[in-house]
Amino acid sequence: MDNVIFSNVIVLSAIALAAAIILYMVSKKFNVIENPRIDEIEKTLPGANCGACGKAGCRNFAESCVKADEKSFQNLYCPVGGTAVMQKIAAVLGYSAQEKEPTVAVLKCNGTCQNAPAKIAFDGVISCRLADKISVGQSGCPNGCLRFGDCVKVCKFDALHIDPQTGIPVVDENKCTSCGACVNICPRRLFVIRPKGKNGERVYVACSNTQKGAIARKNCKTACIGCMKCVKICPEVVVENNLSRIPKSVSASRYGAELAQNCPTGAIIYKPAHKNEASDDK
Amino acid sequence: MLKISTAPHLHSSADTDTLMRGVIIAMLPAALVAVLFFGIGALKVILTSVAACVLWEYLIVRYLLRQPSTVHNGSAVITGMLLAFNLPPTIPAWMILIGAFMAIGVAKMAFGGLGKNLFNPALVGRVFLFISFPVQMTTWMKPSIRDFLNTDVQSGATTLGILKHIDASSSATSLTGGAESLPDYGQMFVGYTGGSLGEVSALALLLGLAYMLYKKIITWHIPFYYIGTVFLMTGIMWLITGDIRYEPLTHLLSGGLMLGAIFMATDYVTSPMSVNGKIVFAVGCGILTFVIRLYSAYPEGVSFAILIMNAFVPLIDKFYYPRVFGTGRK
Amino acid sequence: MTNKKTFSIGGIHPDKYKITSDCPITDAGLPETVYIPVKQHIGSPAKILVKKGDKVKVGTLLADADGIVSSDVHSSVSGEVTKVEEVEGEFGYLESMITIKVEGDEFEPSIDRSDDIVKEIPFTHDEIIEKIRSAGVVGMGGAGYPTPVKTSVPDNKKIDCLILNGIECEPFLTADDRLMVEKAEQIVIGAKIINKILGIQNAVIAIDENKPLAIETLTQITKRYIGVNVQICKTKYPQGGERQLIKAVTGREVPSGRLPMDVGCIVQNVGTVFAIYEAVMKNKPLFERIVTVSGDECKNPQNFRVRIGTPASWLIEKCGGISDDTAQIIFGGPMMGTSAVNVNAPITKLTSGILLLSDRLSHKEPEQDCIRCGKCVDACPVGLRPFLIARYTKENMIAELRDINVLDCIECGSCAYICPARIPLLDYCKLGKMEVKKTKK
Repeated sequence: MDNVIFSNVIVLSAIALAAAIILYMVSKKFNVIENPRIDEIEKTLPGANCGACGKAGCRNFAESCVKADEKSFQNLYCPVGGTAVMQKIAAVLGYSAQEKEPTVAVLKCNGTCQNAPAKIAFDGVISCRLADKISVGQSGCPNGCLRFGDCVKVCKFDALHIDPQTGIPVVDENKCTSCGACVNICPRRLFVIRPKGKNGERVYVACSNTQKGAIARKNCKTACIGCMKCVKICPEVVVENNLSRIPKSVSASRYGAELAQNCPTGAIIYKPAHKNEASDDK
Repeated sequence: MLKISTAPHLHSSADTDTLMRGVIIAMLPAALVAVLFFGIGALKVILTSVAACVLWEYLIVRYLLRQPSTVHNGSAVITGMLLAFNLPPTIPAWMILIGAFMAIGVAKMAFGGLGKNLFNPALVGRVFLFISFPVQMTTWMKPSIRDFLNTDVQSGATTLGILKHIDASSSATSLTGGAESLPDYGQMFVGYTGGSLGEVSALALLLGLAYMLYKKIITWHIPFYYIGTVFLMTGIMWLITGDIRYEPLTHLLSGGLMLGAIFMATDYVTSPMSVNGKIVFAVGCGILTFVIRLYSAYPEGVSFAILIMNAFVPLIDKFYYPRVFGTGRK
Repeated sequence: MTNKKTFSIGGIHPDKYKITSDCPITDAGLPETVYIPVKQHIGSPAKILVKKGDKVKVGTLLADADGIVSSDVHSSVSGEVTKVEEVEGEFGYLESMITIKVEGDEFEPSIDRSDDIVKEIPFTHDEIIEKIRSAGVVGMGGAGYPTPVKTSVPDNKKIDCLILNGIECEPFLTADDRLMVEKAEQIVIGAKIINKILGIQNAVIAIDENKPLAIETLTQITKRYIGVNVQICKTKYPQGGERQLIKAVTGREVPSGRLPMDVGCIVQNVGTVFAIYEAVMKNKPLFERIVTVSGDECKNPQNFRVRIGTPASWLIEKCGGISDDTAQIIFGGPMMGTSAVNVNAPITKLTSGILLLSDRLSHKEPEQDCIRCGKCVDACPVGLRPFLIARYTKENMIAELRDINVLDCIECGSCAYICPARIPLLDYCKLGKMEVKKTKK
């Protein structure tokens, strides 16, 4: 009996030793020497692997940062982490990071169930991208929101949800990191990344319809009809293809309220600065 | 207002509910035989088991997960019936309740409900009971048509139990008796032997199989290859050794092989998706059943064989899938 | 001929609903206005040649092919062009169309309107190609690939097999079936014309066994034509798919990502072959086609010969109008067709049917959990795993999607048809393909 126990101990120990040696050798042989700064940078990144920076993931971004020289580093930017994270990375690498204005995704459509009532019913459709292929959409507007929420599903930051009242997605600007996932998924390209504006004050055209005014108005009450009124208020505003576009350079605090008030269809949306946050900043 | 939807605009009439209903119908002959041969006790076991499974599923879904009830799809009824089929007719009701909880609560709902469980729920319930209460789970009843209302235990033995002991008792003095106490093929085919409720009658189970094949609920691959493998392996060993313990027809008609091959190995959720995978799965079940039946301490190995192969299903699915049209074999 | 062939993997057997297979083709007549889209084919839209106020006759060239992969568009009626601008199409989007107000029924003089069957083919290879091109013939099975492009084979490829597709595996549709019964000889001559283009001597007409009348008629006629044979195929969906049909008839498999030409086969829909016959022998441009108007909510289902550009609503009106229970109106077949947003949309060269379906048939149940039954794997004619595609698409796993060959999906809808859990598998496949293609760029 002792003999059995003894031989078992010997054999198992020998196997364990052999395995340990093999493991050691393999780990030596396949050891990849990596710049430790990659790990360090990766830790500062948000870790969502959203791909908004144009890289495959956060690790990939960190590798690119380490590889970059001082000049090409300026082209790298993590939209999710923003300037704060970029400055931390720059500190690790010994570079400096430029300040960038915070941005937010904005829906360029206000075709709610109320403004653009449904003319057809969908049955069992699961995605905007498919609905776009098989039909013009509930309201009949070929550029309007399809309301199936592909953008909601693709958002990794829970910043989008469909408002059950209006049927269209709402951006939670505190959660939105402007990663651009919704911009890419929307078959009608209704999202744009715009500067958040000081204290969230911004003005934009919530319509993407390029049809002639009369046709656009038939389907949606708040369609932009290209009436040029906004251009008269602020000459920087551009009207192309029957659609008004307010460039980022237009000052929201100066023109915002006036533009929104004078738009005959209400296509221009002005978000005033929220006051309590302004006091927080001080 | 016209409706807009994506293609295809037609759908097969068979949905999950009707498929499940089909399986239940296919199990009815076996249930009938059980009630006929084992009397009112069998009916009690079946009803208790089904009620317990449905109840557990309802309670868990409604009050633990707080989701709309999924009882209507019939999968809990199937689990209940299969669990009952795997129990002896004399088992007390409280054990069935425990078995049903293991089946529905642990094996099914803990994995996320219908379609997500790795192991066949009914078999998990059965094996749990089998290991926990070995005496009650192997107290078999002699079949009898006359004593319909008689629930007294008349201890009998399963065919495989007898086979298992032939080896140890060549003097034929063992408790279960020797080779001469084996039932004949006719009795085994009809189901006039001792055993679990649903497994005794090959005839009734084959009727169920025919119905499921006719209704295209399952394909023929798993039952055919499973039973075929067991038949082939026992047959070869029988020819080589001439030992009655290997007698292939007895193996085919006795124990849970038919029940397992027709109703449990073919369970959608816990069997592979592709035809090749199904064949590998079935052959694996067959080999394991053969090995457990003849070389282990247990007389019966179908439950264990299927559960072990269930664990391999994700692996089988990973390696066996159809060749994509117009590409070389991968 | 006696052995019935079919393709080897997958396939389903949907209910046939071929209620109009005994209805002779009748002329639909002339609507008041026709809307002729300038893009009724794959490729670039044709360039418009007419303007508002122009008088046109039947067969007048309205728009000229723009580039190689494009096709001419002809007028299907005589009358006055009233509008050359965008009109709401089938999906509700505005499409470039030529609106013509019908006045009388005057044909271009070059068109041979007699019913005589011309059997001799006096033309050379180039003459035939030019005639087909200038008649605006496109693949009428649904893809709409311009026929001259499809039949011009590069020198390095050797074609040895011409297959005429008379399968029509979609439920409800009987347009090809009736065409084969009523224009059998023309189709066979059309096959000989394509033979001449390709420089081969044989052709196989593949017909599903559920069309006994067409099989009988064509078998009788092909006895008089050497080289043309009828091949009966076992009824199975999607046998009308080009790759599936080649596999069924010849046993060859078109490699993934390649063309039928690469295995020496050319497949032409029988409707296209008939159009080729008329274009070459009768100088008749493609301005009409056979359309089945059917569906379980259609009061008076029929097969029509319809002028291109006729509004669908006008045809539906001829068949008893839209009943109250009609839930969907489908352009094409119920498996691969599209539900129409705009019922006034015109019939194009590719519209094989107009179906009025009830909610009972077409309603989509909400998606349930997958029960891993494997029916989608068994049904897929390409050997894909739709359940896995659905899972990967939901998780946006693009590299994995490409690895399991999602791009080989032919979008036949067999998986979604068979799925007992009512998972819209085809939708997930389409989305997966979309995402894979997007990242490829």
